[in-house]
Amino acid sequence: MKMDTNVGTSVSIRDLSLSFGSVNVLRKLDLEIRDGEFLVLLGPSGCGKSTLLNCIAGLLDVSEGQIIIKGRNVTWEEPKDRGIGMVFQSYALYPQMTVEKNLSFGLRVAGVPKEEIKKRIARAAEILQIEPLLQRKPSALSGGQRQRVAIGRALVRDVDVFLFDEPLSNLDAKLRSELRVEIKRLHQKLGNTMIYVTHDQIEALTLADRIAVMKGGVVQQLDDPMTIYNKPRNRFVAGFIGSPSMNFISGTLAEKAGKPVFRADDLEVALHGYEADEALAPGREVVLGLRPEHIRIGGEGSDGHEAIVDLDEPMGADSLVWLKVAGKPLSVRVESGKRYRPGEKVKVHFNAPMASVFDAKSEERV
Amino acid sequence: MAEATAIQTRSHAHTEPWGAKPKRMFAPSTIMVYGVLIVAALYYLLPLYVMVMTSLKGMPEIRLGNIFAPPVEVTFEPWVKAWSQACTGLYCEGIRTGFWNSVKITFPSVIASILIASVNGYALSNWKFRGSEVFFTILLFGAFIPYQVMLYPLVIITRELGIFGTLTGVVVIHTIFGMPILTLLFRNYFASLPPELFKAARVDGAGFWRIFFQIMLPMSLPIFVVAIILQVTGIWNDFLFGVIFAGTPNFPMTVQLNNIVNSVQGVKEYNVNMAATILTGAVPLLIYFLSGRYFVRGIAAGAVKG
Amino acid sequence: MAGDRKPLGLFRNLNAKIAALPMIATVLVVFIGCTLWTVVYSFTSSRSLPMLNFVGIDQYTRLFKSSRWMVSVENIAIYGCLSLVFSIVVGFILAVFMDQKIRFENTFRTIFLYPFALSFIVTGLVWQWILNPLGIEKVVRDLGFESFNLPLLTDRSLVIYAIVIAGLWQGTGLVMALMLAGLRNIDEEIWKAARVDGIPTWKTYVFVIIPMMRPVFVTTLVLIATGIVKLYDLVVAMTNGGPGISSEVPAKYVYDFMFAWANLGQGLAASTVMLTTVLIILIPWAMLEFGGRKGRAG
Repeated sequence: MKMDTNVGTSVSIRDLSLSFGSVNVLRKLDLEIRDGEFLVLLGPSGCGKSTLLNCIAGLLDVSEGQIIIKGRNVTWEEPKDRGIGMVFQSYALYPQMTVEKNLSFGLRVAGVPKEEIKKRIARAAEILQIEPLLQRKPSALSGGQRQRVAIGRALVRDVDVFLFDEPLSNLDAKLRSELRVEIKRLHQKLGNTMIYVTHDQIEALTLADRIAVMKGGVVQQLDDPMTIYNKPRNRFVAGFIGSPSMNFISGTLAEKAGKPVFRADDLEVALHGYEADEALAPGREVVLGLRPEHIRIGGEGSDGHEAIVDLDEPMGADSLVWLKVAGKPLSVRVESGKRYRPGEKVKVHFNAPMASVFDAKSEERV
Repeated sequence: MAEATAIQTRSHAHTEPWGAKPKRMFAPSTIMVYGVLIVAALYYLLPLYVMVMTSLKGMPEIRLGNIFAPPVEVTFEPWVKAWSQACTGLYCEGIRTGFWNSVKITFPSVIASILIASVNGYALSNWKFRGSEVFFTILLFGAFIPYQVMLYPLVIITRELGIFGTLTGVVVIHTIFGMPILTLLFRNYFASLPPELFKAARVDGAGFWRIFFQIMLPMSLPIFVVAIILQVTGIWNDFLFGVIFAGTPNFPMTVQLNNIVNSVQGVKEYNVNMAATILTGAVPLLIYFLSGRYFVRGIAAGAVKG
Repeated sequence: MAGDRKPLGLFRNLNAKIAALPMIATVLVVFIGCTLWTVVYSFTSSRSLPMLNFVGIDQYTRLFKSSRWMVSVENIAIYGCLSLVFSIVVGFILAVFMDQKIRFENTFRTIFLYPFALSFIVTGLVWQWILNPLGIEKVVRDLGFESFNLPLLTDRSLVIYAIVIAGLWQGTGLVMALMLAGLRNIDEEIWKAARVDGIPTWKTYVFVIIPMMRPVFVTTLVLIATGIVKLYDLVVAMTNGGPGISSEVPAKYVYDFMFAWANLGQGLAASTVMLTTVLIILIPWAMLEFGGRKGRAG
C-alpha cells in the first residue's frame, strides 16, 4: 500500500481501470496532480479523457484502482462528497431555474445557511461578472454567459478541485479564446487545482501547467506544454500536438565522420545537436520528426537540401509551403509575404536539435 | 425619359422567362391529390355525421327516411333518454351510471399508471442497475402478449387479494397493462434530456428523488400531457378489463353502451342508441380535438420508437 | 454518508430499485408468471376451476376439431390479411398525399385520425347501424335500385368483411400518421438530389423513399399484426359473433370458454395458441431489429 500522500498532492489516481464489458476504457492509469496545478487531459475522441474525468467526479464507478482527493480516498464516495466542482460542455444549467437558483441549488441541497449562500453567490457573481444576470433564466443567456454561470456553479461550492469537461467546445472561435483567457485568470486568482479535458491543443498548450496526452485509455506523456511540444515522448504525441502537424520521414540512422546522421534514400540529415536519450546506433530503423517551423527555406544557390515547391498555403500570419525533398513531402512554415510558385526550386535547412527521432517499431522517442 | 425607356425594355423582356415562375392553380396532380384526400375525408366523416343525424331524429322518421338525410324535425329526446332512461337488462337508468363509473375508473388509473411509469422510466434511463434492461425488455415484450393469455391468472390473483370485481381491481389491471407503453414513453423522454444535466445535479449533491422532482419533472410537462392523453383515451375506451374486473355495479361506459345497444329485449331505438354511442365517444373525442398535436405525438412516440 | 464502505449488492442504487419495483413485480408475476400458468394449465382438464389433472394435448386436439375455433381462425386470417394490406397501402398513400405541402393539412389529419380516438365498441356500433338494413341498403333502394342488397351483417360469408371495413375505418388514420412521421423524417436533401437528377416523383417514392422507410413499415406491420390478434371488442359490439358463429374470433373464443361456459382448459389452450402466434410474429422481428442493432454497436 502506498500511503505517501504528501501535502503537495491534490488528486492522485492509482492503478485506475475501467471497462464496459470487454471494452477497456481506462487501463492501469496512474496520475498525480499537484496542489493548485492546472492539468489538461488532452487526446482524440474516444481516448478516455472524459471517462477519466467522470471517474474523478464519481459519476462513473471504476472497475479497479483508487482515487484520492486531498489525501482522502474517495473511490466509493458520492460526487457531492468529493470536494469537486464540475463544468460541462453543454453547460448543463437547470433550464427552469434562474441563474441565482442554478448557483444555489447545490448549496440548498447541502443545507448551507441562507446568509452563507448569499455571500458565496455574491462573490462568484463578482468574480465572473454575472451580477446583472442573476434573475434571468438560462434560455435568456448567450452561450458565453451560460458557460460563466456554469463555472459559477462550481465556484460557489467552494471546493479544492475544479473539473472541466470540454467547457469551451460549444462556443464559437472568438468567444472561446476570450473565455480561455478568463479561465486562466480565474486559476491564477483562485489557485485551485483544475483538471481540464479538451481535444483542442491550443487550449491545452495555453492553459496547462502540465498536459497529459491520452490515447487508448493510457496516458502517453505527462509533461509541461513546452516539453510536450518540443520533446514528444512518442510518435503519437508528436503527431497529435502541433498545427500544422509534424513532418515524418522514415529512414535509418547512420554515421558520417563519426557523427550521427539520418538517411532516407537520397536525403541525409546531420543530427548533431540532437539530445538523444539513448545511443544513436547506426543501422537502426527510425522515423525523423520535424515541425514545419523547424525547417527553413534558403534561396537557390545557398547550401542545404534541394527541394521543389509543390503548393503554397497562405494562412495569414504565416504560410505553409509544401515541398518535395528527395521525393518526400515536407511542410514548411514561412513568414507570410513571401510567395512560392509550384515547381520553384529552393534549398531547405533542417534545425536538427529541435527534431525528434522515433524508433520505427516501438514509435518511442530515441 | 430615361425611366420610360427602362420600363419599356423591361416589359419587352417579359416575353422571355423573367421573375417568378407562373404557377398553375389547377394542375392535374394537384386536383388528384385534393380529390383523393377529400373523398377519403368524406368516408372518415360519414359515420360521425350519421351518428349525429340519427340521434336527432324521431323513430318514425328513421324507419321511413334515409340515414344520410338531416332530420326534418330535430329532437333531443333520444339524448335525454340515452343519458338517463335507456335500459340495460333490468335497470333503466341510462348511460349516466356508466359515465360516472368510467370517470371513477379512469381518474385513479391514469394517476397511478403515470406515477409509477414516470418514476420507473426515470430510473431506467438515469439510474440503470444490474438487470434493469432485462426487465425492461421483458416488459416491452409483455405489451405484445395477448391479454387473453394473462386474464384468468389475473382473475385468480385479484380474487385472492379481494379486489376482483371492484374499482380497485380494475385500476390495478389498467396500471399493469399501461406500464409497458408508458414506461417506454417516459424512459425515451428522460433519455433524450441532456445527460450532463443529470451529472451536474449529482455533483450538486441531489439524490434520486430530488433530481426527479426538482430537475426532471419541471422539464417534462409535455410528456406528461402526452401520457395523460394516451391513458385517458385508452382507459376510457377499454371494454375487456372493465367487463371482467370491474364487477357489474362498476361497469364502465363502453360495457354499458354495448349492453344497451345490443340488448335483445324491447324495440331497438336507433336514435337513443346513437345518442348513447356519441356520449360514450364524446370524452376521448373531446380530448382528441383539444389536443390534436399531443395526441399524434403520443401515438408516434409510443409506436415508432418502440 | 461515509463513503469508505462500498454499498454493495442489493442496496446499491436502492431508490432506483424501489422505483422499478412495480415493473419488476409486473414482469415477474404478470408477464412471466401468468403466462406460464396459462401454458401449464392448458394441458389440464380444468373446467370451472383450475385443477392440475394433466391430460396431455387433449385440449388442443379438441380445439382444432372444434368448428367454432376453425371459423375463428379463418376469420382472423381474413381480417388480418385484409386489414394489414389495406391499412398499410391506404395509410401510405394518404400519407404521401398529405406530404405534398397541401393546404389544410391539419384539418385532413384531424379527420383521418379521429376514429382512432374512439373505442372499438363505438366503432362497432356505428358501423352496425350504417350497414343495418335501414342504413345504406335502404338509401340505395330508395334511390330506385329496388333489388339492391347489402347483406354485410346478415350473410354468413360476408359478415367478416363488414368487420374489416369498420376496423380499417378505425385504424388506418394511425397508419397514416406513422407513415407521415416516417416521410417527414427523411432528409430533405434526398428530394433535392432526386429533383436535380431528374427522377420522377413516383420513382423516387418507390425506389428511394420506401426502402428508406423500411423500419417504419416493419414497426407498423408489427403493431397492426399484434393488434389483430387482440381483436375482440369490435366483434362483440358489431355482431357478437353472429350470425350463428360466422364472425367468431379467437379472442372471443377464449373469453367465452373461460368466463361464460366454464370450460377453462379449452380457453387456456386457445389462448396459448394465440400466444404462440404472436411469438411467431414477434421473435423474427425482434431478432432482426435488436439483433442487428447489437451487431452494429459492437
